[in-house]
Amino acid sequence: MLTVSMTVNGEPVSRDVEDSTLLVEYLREALGLTGTHVGCDTTQCGCCTIHIDGISSKSCTVLAAQVEGRSITTIEGLGKDGQLHPMQEAFRTCHGLQCGFCTPGQIMAGAELVRTWEGPLDEHQVREEMEGNLCRCTGYHNIVKAILSVHAETRGKVDA
Amino acid sequence: MYPFIYRRPKSIADAVKLFEAGEDASYISGGHTLLPTLKARLAAPTDMIDLAALPEMKGIEETDGGILIRGGTVHADVASSPLVQAKLPVLAGLAGSIGDRHVRHRGTIGGSVANNDPAADYPSAVLGLNATVITDRRRIAADDYFTGLYETCRENGEIVTGVEFPIPLSAGYAKFRNLASRYSLAATFVVRTEAGVRVAVTGAYNRGVSRPTHFEQALDADFSPEALDTLEIDPEDMLSDPAATAAYRANLVKTLARRAVARQGVVQTFK
Repeated sequence: MLTVSMTVNGEPVSRDVEDSTLLVEYLREALGLTGTHVGCDTTQCGCCTIHIDGISSKSCTVLAAQVEGRSITTIEGLGKDGQLHPMQEAFRTCHGLQCGFCTPGQIMAGAELVRTWEGPLDEHQVREEMEGNLCRCTGYHNIVKAILSVHAETRGKVDA
Repeated sequence: MYPFIYRRPKSIADAVKLFEAGEDASYISGGHTLLPTLKARLAAPTDMIDLAALPEMKGIEETDGGILIRGGTVHADVASSPLVQAKLPVLAGLAGSIGDRHVRHRGTIGGSVANNDPAADYPSAVLGLNATVITDRRRIAADDYFTGLYETCRENGEIVTGVEFPIPLSAGYAKFRNLASRYSLAATFVVRTEAGVRVAVTGAYNRGVSRPTHFEQALDADFSPEALDTLEIDPEDMLSDPAATAAYRANLVKTLARRAVARQGVVQTFK
């Protein structure tokens, strides 16, 4: 067992876990934050995408111990003060989801993409940058539309 | 995963000590090859020694020999490095073509070069550019470093702390991706240097990253796609799997080599 401490959605947390605990297991099982999903568990699907110090990562392929002391943001912490994050709002407005299983990962990926992207962003670039997030309902068209709409509105100045 | 003890060394020297003290220790860097391997229970290390947070393992700098990229540097940092983009843009492009955006935020050059997956991108750049692999105990020429599928000349416990890339006259990389795995079915890295042309192929050879020297000789005489017209790659040397037969890969290697010759200075990704 190992004590692993980090900041999750702005709150300091600390839990005793097995050394081999994955970050996604720490979030879902130790902290009960089940918004981060496990789709494939093989680093393909992106349903478990979270932010480590603001940078997107697949939490099924990171050991919890490896992010000791770091700041993690999950889908539960993306919106502030009871308001949806602009990317969440855009997914709703653009109908960027069907079953919703991949949606937390898609939104975390899209929010990080828009916040960190420098310069113009077009549909082709969004599709290339989002290829690590799979949607089995084939909802890509509206996902891309949602991400482009947030980029157009904010020019990448949204905190995520 | 089988259980293991997680260990956080304070330095590279400390990491080597922990490795030697462990019963069956493993290093972890980005973990994007190792953790999927452990989940599939294909390995059972007793001690997991984390190199990812060591400051000594991070960074990109200009040296007399070219560009030094330290082993723990993630693909995204190589792709976005102004130095790499200016001096060796094909390497920046190659790093930006690995896996997907999130994978590039975690995966490291040292991990890729240490693991030597037969379809990984970095080994083709290291071999094509005749780079020097730097470890905690020596400097190794690329031609001596890669020894087979997932095999290198590293000793047990030896850490890839960096790779030093010389600057070529020009270089080009052309890859054809397996859409399911995103690894290359075949990819060719073609380099022009003062000493001659070097061609390194990943994804295709059944002995891992390799140089088709007959391609190099033909391109030394005439650096044009047509110089490869009469040459063939032997399917006997190729990997074969449900995604691509050996004969298909042999043809793909030649096609991609022609394209990398035709368009030096860029990365071309086909899928």
